[in-house]
Amino acid sequence: MGEYSVQELTSILAMQGFAGISLFSVLLLMALGLAIIFGQMGVINMAHGEFMAMGAYTTYLLSVVTESYFPAFMNYYFLFAIVVSFLVAGLFGYLTEFVLIRHLYKRPLDTLLATWGLSLIMQQSFRSIFGAREVSPTLPDWLMGSWMPTETIFIPINGMFVLGLTTLVTIGVFLLMYRSSWGLNVRATTQNRVMSGAVGINTKQVDRLTFALGCGIAGIAGAAFTTIASTGPTSGSLYIVDTFMVVVFGGAASLFGTIASAFTIAQAQSILEFFISGSMAKVFTLLALVIILMMRPEGLFSIKVRK
Amino acid sequence: MNFVYERFLGGKSGAIALGILALLILVVLPLALDLFRLNLVGKYLTYAFAAVSLVLLWGYGGILSLGQGIFFGLGGYAMAMFLKLEASDPESTSIQTTPGIPDFMDWNQLTELPWFWVPFESFTFTLLAILLVPSIFAFIIGYSMFKRRVGGVYFAIITQVIAVILTVLIVGQQGFTGGINGITDLRTLNGWDIRDDSSKYILYFINAILLLGVIMVSKFILTSKLGQLLLAMKDKEDRVRFSGYDVSNFKIFVFCVSAVIAAIGGAMFTLQVGFMSPSFVGIVPSIEMVIFAAVGGRMSLVGVVYGTLLVNYGKTAFSETFPELWLFLMGGLFIAVVMFFPNGLAGIYNKYAPKVKFLKPLFDKPVQSEKKSATKIESEATTEGAK
Amino acid sequence: MSYFSRRKFLGKTGALLSAMVAAGFITSSAMAADYPTAEVNTTGLAVTDDTVTVGILHSLTGTMAISETGAQEAEKLAIKQINESGGILGRQIEIIQEDGASDWPTFAEKSRKLLVNDNVAAVFGCWTSASRKAALPVFEKENGLLYYPTFYEGLEQSKNVIYTGQEATQQILAGLDWVAEEKDAKTFYLIGSDYIWPRTSMKIARIHIEKVLGGKVVGEEYKPLGDTQFGSVINKIRLKKPDVIFAAVVGGSNVAWFKQLNAAGITADKQTLLTLSVTEDEVLGIGGENLEGFYSVMKYFQSQDNPNNVAFVEAFKEMHGEDSVIGDVTQAAYLGPWLWKAAVEKAGSFDVDKVVAASEEGDIELTTAPEGYVKLHPNHHLWSKTRIGKWNKDGQAEVVYTSDLIEPNPFPEGYQ
Repeated sequence: MGEYSVQELTSILAMQGFAGISLFSVLLLMALGLAIIFGQMGVINMAHGEFMAMGAYTTYLLSVVTESYFPAFMNYYFLFAIVVSFLVAGLFGYLTEFVLIRHLYKRPLDTLLATWGLSLIMQQSFRSIFGAREVSPTLPDWLMGSWMPTETIFIPINGMFVLGLTTLVTIGVFLLMYRSSWGLNVRATTQNRVMSGAVGINTKQVDRLTFALGCGIAGIAGAAFTTIASTGPTSGSLYIVDTFMVVVFGGAASLFGTIASAFTIAQAQSILEFFISGSMAKVFTLLALVIILMMRPEGLFSIKVRK
Repeated sequence: MNFVYERFLGGKSGAIALGILALLILVVLPLALDLFRLNLVGKYLTYAFAAVSLVLLWGYGGILSLGQGIFFGLGGYAMAMFLKLEASDPESTSIQTTPGIPDFMDWNQLTELPWFWVPFESFTFTLLAILLVPSIFAFIIGYSMFKRRVGGVYFAIITQVIAVILTVLIVGQQGFTGGINGITDLRTLNGWDIRDDSSKYILYFINAILLLGVIMVSKFILTSKLGQLLLAMKDKEDRVRFSGYDVSNFKIFVFCVSAVIAAIGGAMFTLQVGFMSPSFVGIVPSIEMVIFAAVGGRMSLVGVVYGTLLVNYGKTAFSETFPELWLFLMGGLFIAVVMFFPNGLAGIYNKYAPKVKFLKPLFDKPVQSEKKSATKIESEATTEGAK
Repeated sequence: MSYFSRRKFLGKTGALLSAMVAAGFITSSAMAADYPTAEVNTTGLAVTDDTVTVGILHSLTGTMAISETGAQEAEKLAIKQINESGGILGRQIEIIQEDGASDWPTFAEKSRKLLVNDNVAAVFGCWTSASRKAALPVFEKENGLLYYPTFYEGLEQSKNVIYTGQEATQQILAGLDWVAEEKDAKTFYLIGSDYIWPRTSMKIARIHIEKVLGGKVVGEEYKPLGDTQFGSVINKIRLKKPDVIFAAVVGGSNVAWFKQLNAAGITADKQTLLTLSVTEDEVLGIGGENLEGFYSVMKYFQSQDNPNNVAFVEAFKEMHGEDSVIGDVTQAAYLGPWLWKAAVEKAGSFDVDKVVAASEEGDIELTTAPEGYVKLHPNHHLWSKTRIGKWNKDGQAEVVYTSDLIEPNPFPEGYQ
């Protein structure tokens, strides 16, 4: 490495560190919604990726509308789009729970299949409504490019944005789950459904809102990812395996587990990718996860999920 | 004889159901369809192997594998490797830099056959590999998971991730595997041209008979003590364990059996379709196999064959006429089956057919046991849901 | 969107005639009476006294539908234009369209259906190499004729296929030569998706860079299909400081790659980037602002300013909607029916063997091709020019370089 100056190497190190953190925030944002739903009801929502795509398409629609009718607001529409994406995906999640999921709580494996069916329908809906081609929302200028703390360090602004957003959402979820009376109800329901019902918690309402919250967070993730990846009918399926891995590796019913899991996977992958080719890095990361899960099936942080 | 009747055919209703299926796929369809359509049915029937394997594993064992494509693919690739080596004799590959090795290896600068390809020059070894490689693979996965009592959603996701790993490896290591194009242009099996019309008929019948055989063997397993234990385990695993049985061993066994069944389907797929590619290994085909089983009825060995035929026929017919509607229909069908007909076609048949007067004689006691298992699904679900 | 264009397709007939006369599409129209059916069709194809049936086989559903839409639209346009100019040997072309559904065995099955049940005289179709590889044995066995539109890795030459896109060396070598000369490039970083086309392309590129250009490959990287995280790769590239990034990333990954590259501050003013996998179709998803100033190497760009292309773009938009975009493969697909027409008329027969023989004489040429001039080589590929386009923010490319006519060489000596 004689051809590089110390400054260059430090810069690369810093940027590579940020790449890892950035991947971490991406994985966490993807997985958070799924983890909440899985932790609460033991349901794996196979349509999670499509709820993300729904957020992405909402952002795209808003970008088109803003560009044609309110061009002056182009700089701010994106923040608005995140909120709308949350509401749209959350509302749709609420309906999904009402129509579909609530009938299947007693059969968690069947939920997995039913949501897969839902994901097919959603994909085709996107295709019928928006066309088969990928679309690209116009991003505000302040989200483009990179921040340069020194002359040789480039930190992508969209990466920082996703990081910030993930932090906010995570804190929000934490406060909601552990510092609010609603969160108390959720946790009570998770621990003992029958008893919670007996003490007057409307467990059905709790389920419905939790599912809606999970889907809404997926919508936020989808909106945020329009800055770094593609928006198309099948974009959601690109994330699904990574998302599952984060949740399963983190262990059920543990917010902290999900965070730790996203961090571990992100660091492993980004460091491996730096030294070996991307494709093999992926194989090694997934293989390592599978082996760890085989040895420690309960995931990183969970007391008991044995069946 | 009575033993065979009760155990391999499953009594009167089982024998009749199997007889009707045999009549359909061995007589009616070959007479009614032209070769092109029959060949399609033949391909669908190879998927039916995977669906049957899921009856054992998922319907009775309660273990949902989202990775049956792994085993379907292993069987298919083993057969494809043998056929490819036969198609790559030095004369027909004389324009290559290194004649005598498969064309895709030559393009990837391989100058000699990789070591793991060499034994596939032997047909006997290939047949053994189709049976053994998937079972060893399944044993390793099953041993490490079931011994640690991993199940349910976790098992489903982990099998899915393994399917992804395998796909990425096959696509990435194209010098050894043919990459994303798969192993194509397969011609002869021990000198016998598999592309001829007559061979296609013969392969269709071999495939159909093998499928019926696999169904009978599966029936045998399910009517044995093991079958009873599987159902009991699905219902109250702890009680079975406390009764002194090692639950995980049974699970590992049934997982291995299901892997072998899926692999046979894969090998027959390669023979009939003429190639194998990674698109039959990954997540989507694996989940589709579950769809076939769910639509046909996860508790019915014969029902899933109809389920497979129905879904695939629908896919072909709809994608020809209303391509845009197909995914809506497929998704809707899936949701409907899961929500309203958890026992699929077989469940509907068992529920309504006995009420039709002239169908009544077709049924005997096993109808009861089917019903019992249906209630068991729900009771099992209750236990899981209560956690 | 699709409903809209279909209605347009039904509604407009004959309106393009004048445009086509101007473009020189209408040259001669043979009378069917001069060519009795018994003579032009000795092998039982679906040819009547006034019609001839062909097949179109692309994915209308599934993940590949995105890419294949343009190709089948272009094929329909070409067939419509041929019919309006009097058809082939006095016969109107009828289309049987099948859906490959992004599933390779389906391509093989539907090929067999088209050839065996429908007896079509030619098939225009396939997009990915995998679908072609699956269908190829069927075409060879049933002696069908396939016109394949996609630029691809080469290493194939079937009697039953005419390749209307470029094979790898045509696209790559000219692009590398240009960038080496124009940008004085010495060091290259190669990156692609992990499958056969990028890997073969990069292999050819590496040999050319090292042996012919005397340059150096400082990195070679393959990402799994569908991967969306390029942070680490971008840092590796930054560490290696290549003169040129040579990219062949596809699909959803391609969008992520350019968005993240741009956000990392690697933009055209600091870094030369040449890609093999961005056409006008991809730009829609990537966003013009993320591509501005980067180069694509292709044989066709929508912005090409010649009379053929102006008429073609106008006719295409008229048939398939004003916001249609036309990429390299779409244009190559458009050539298929015209090349077939030329070969059939030369052979005076629809028989596949005679059409192939006529095609192999090496003198079938299209002066009316939107990309300019193309000629069919005896090896079933096209002589064509390679162009470098520089992307603008509006999603169109400005052609900055046009090569001479390049001979197709699907089995390049010394590059394997």
